Amino acid sequence: MANMAQAIRMALHVGETRLGVTDIFGQDVGAPLGGVFTASQGLKNTWNSPLDERGIIATAIGLGLAGDRCVAEIQFADYIFNTIDLLKMAGNTLWCSNGQYNLPIVVMTPVGAGIRGSIYHSHSFDAWATRLPGWKVVIPSTPLDAYGLLISAIKDPNPVLFLNPKSLMRVRGTELIPGEPADEKELKNMIDQPVDDRKHQWRPKWPQLEEFEIPIGKGKIVREGDRATVVSYGRTLPLCAKVADMLREEGVAIEVIDLRSLYPYDWQMIKASVHKTGRVLFVNEDTEVTNFGEHLAFRATQDLFYELLARPRVLAGKNVPGIGLHPNLEEASVPHLEDILHEVRELLGEVP
Amino acid sequence: MRKTTSLAPKSKRPLKASSKVPAKAAGARQSITISTKATLPKELQLSIYDLMIKSRVLEERLIKVYKTGDAYFWIGGAGEEAFGVPLGLLTHKGHGPEYDYLHLHYRATPTMIALGMPMIDSLRLMMNRVTDPSTGGRNFCNHYCFPQWNVVPVTSPIEVQYGMAIGTAVAQRRRWYTAGGKTPASGKKSISIVSGGDAGSAEGDFASSLIWASRPGFELPMLITVQNNKWGISTSYDTQHGEKNVADRGKAFGIRTAIVNGNDPIETYLALQTEIDYIRKTGKPVLAEFHLSRIYGHSSATGANREPDVCPIELFEKKLVDQKWIKPHETKELWKRYDEESREAAEQVRKEPVPTRESIWDNIYVGSENADWRKF
Ligand SMILES: Cc1ncc(C[n+]2csc(CCOP(=O)(O)OP(=O)(O)O)c2C)c(N)n1
Ligand SMILES: [Mg+2]
Repeated sequence: MANMAQAIRMALHVGETRLGVTDIFGQDVGAPLGGVFTASQGLKNTWNSPLDERGIIATAIGLGLAGDRCVAEIQFADYIFNTIDLLKMAGNTLWCSNGQYNLPIVVMTPVGAGIRGSIYHSHSFDAWATRLPGWKVVIPSTPLDAYGLLISAIKDPNPVLFLNPKSLMRVRGTELIPGEPADEKELKNMIDQPVDDRKHQWRPKWPQLEEFEIPIGKGKIVREGDRATVVSYGRTLPLCAKVADMLREEGVAIEVIDLRSLYPYDWQMIKASVHKTGRVLFVNEDTEVTNFGEHLAFRATQDLFYELLARPRVLAGKNVPGIGLHPNLEEASVPHLEDILHEVRELLGEVP
Repeated sequence: MRKTTSLAPKSKRPLKASSKVPAKAAGARQSITISTKATLPKELQLSIYDLMIKSRVLEERLIKVYKTGDAYFWIGGAGEEAFGVPLGLLTHKGHGPEYDYLHLHYRATPTMIALGMPMIDSLRLMMNRVTDPSTGGRNFCNHYCFPQWNVVPVTSPIEVQYGMAIGTAVAQRRRWYTAGGKTPASGKKSISIVSGGDAGSAEGDFASSLIWASRPGFELPMLITVQNNKWGISTSYDTQHGEKNVADRGKAFGIRTAIVNGNDPIETYLALQTEIDYIRKTGKPVLAEFHLSRIYGHSSATGANREPDVCPIELFEKKLVDQKWIKPHETKELWKRYDEESREAAEQVRKEPVPTRESIWDNIYVGSENADWRKF
């Protein structure tokens, strides 16, 4: 099974060979490195940009104005913050021009904690991203979803922000990407650049991949259950699924929804689940004040008040300036397995 | 507001901010004169003159509309005619990357008039009518957007256009190379033109444009211009810039530079023509700085009153009259005709519909796909 970095690479290959992607660019995105997570190795339309995030986003906007399709990368979401007004502008260009200029661009950026990345390789961007009207925002938690969401993002005529959880980049999937060889080693030999390729003679051999799409705006129920609903995405999603598996051994079935798209988001899926369970917890790792989970919890309170057996809860990153390097600091700052398990137990135990 | 469109300023009062400004900051501009050597065919000179008047009259109409309370804000290009009109005339205009892109700022009325924008479309933008072709009543005046001429949306944040121009130039450069050096069907190799003010050149996006345009082996066909009116609102050039000329910054990048008297339409036309030809031939960037005037101050926020700055139209008009290429009464008729046209246009726009409340949800996504979370 492919890992997420390979899945992204394969989607970009489909993008540049079949979907008209003309430029895949950013810092160290092109040869020889092919991206700090190797997600853009072996592609033909990649290039290295100057070390200038504002330049990267502005160039993406310009390419979009010219009608070209690009995928631009900000090396780490921690370094996207000085582009925020340009991101706002990319989101408002269609609206300000009253429908005259759409920007068919994708911006990818690795997000979140979990790789001992210290203060400036651990930031989340999901709450900020959902405050950029005009963008669509996706965040996969599996290689297959990364592949399908990236293909949808490339095809979409609107700007799409593709947040890839960096702690999941090396995690292997459990579902084959349509066209991917079943043998992991075979895939590696085909599309992973050998580490000793000093002379840059290596060329990838791409599998016959299908244009498999995950529709933007659709979540996925990853564990079924009727006692409580847990809505998450990105790095914390597999942890929520694990909590569901642990509780199942105790005979308690909780439903876990992978939201996958943050805007537009799959409210119908959340709603149907909460109708069934009456209890809901929103989990993510961005800081907790003005957090996207808060918006969803607010909406649950407004729309589903009379369906609820317990108050909706949000488990998010602590509102501290950064994620410290020592594991004690990181674990105290962003949700981990134990925190999620604890919060779910509290939710289940609440008596109306 | 003055009743006539006579060019002479009513009062020669000093600039408001002058107490804080070194005298030479304002004085420096007075040395700008019309060069006598350079020349252009009579027909072309007269048509430039005509467009300059049209643009000025339109801006003065916008100011009147503001002052009579029919609009919320004015900012515009009065004083930039000698630069903006030649720019519009020299643009290879059309839609898509085979044509030039224009990344303009909020003083581009002269360029838009030269491209062929009817006066009424500027007034529609000014008065936030639903008929406004640029923004449908959503944005400030002079924030033009005309895809048919590759005029991409003008936005308020200073200098962002310098970064975006890199992107359209990358798209154009690709087409130059895939065409194998051949001239495209559109007739000319296309370039990206970006314009903005002197103060704004302090923003990082200006540096981005120089850096990205001059990468070895990846040079971009960009005309990077600076309209130096020596002011950023009330902050004078001399108090902010250690570099003598903004254009000097191009030299560090090996970018060809030019410094032009932007109050002289002939000198500007010839300079733009030379620089644009160079870019179309070489695919390499140019940084060109134009020294010009700000006739009605920064914007309505600073009063939008006539200020004692050199008027490029006044100078040019005098030259044409002295040469006997136009008679004084003909100039007066021209001003009058455009004034009448602008007045009628404003009358018409007043009657046109305004945007509806529901329309805030339109065009957030392509095809107005739902973007309202209440309906997810
Ligand atoms: C990023 C940003 N900061 C501040 C402003 C407010 N502002 C509007 S115009 C202006 C001065 C611009 O001066 P200059 O670049 O010289 O252009 P000019 O108006 O003189 O043509 C300022 C500070 C803005 N629009 N955008
Ligand atoms: Mg200025």
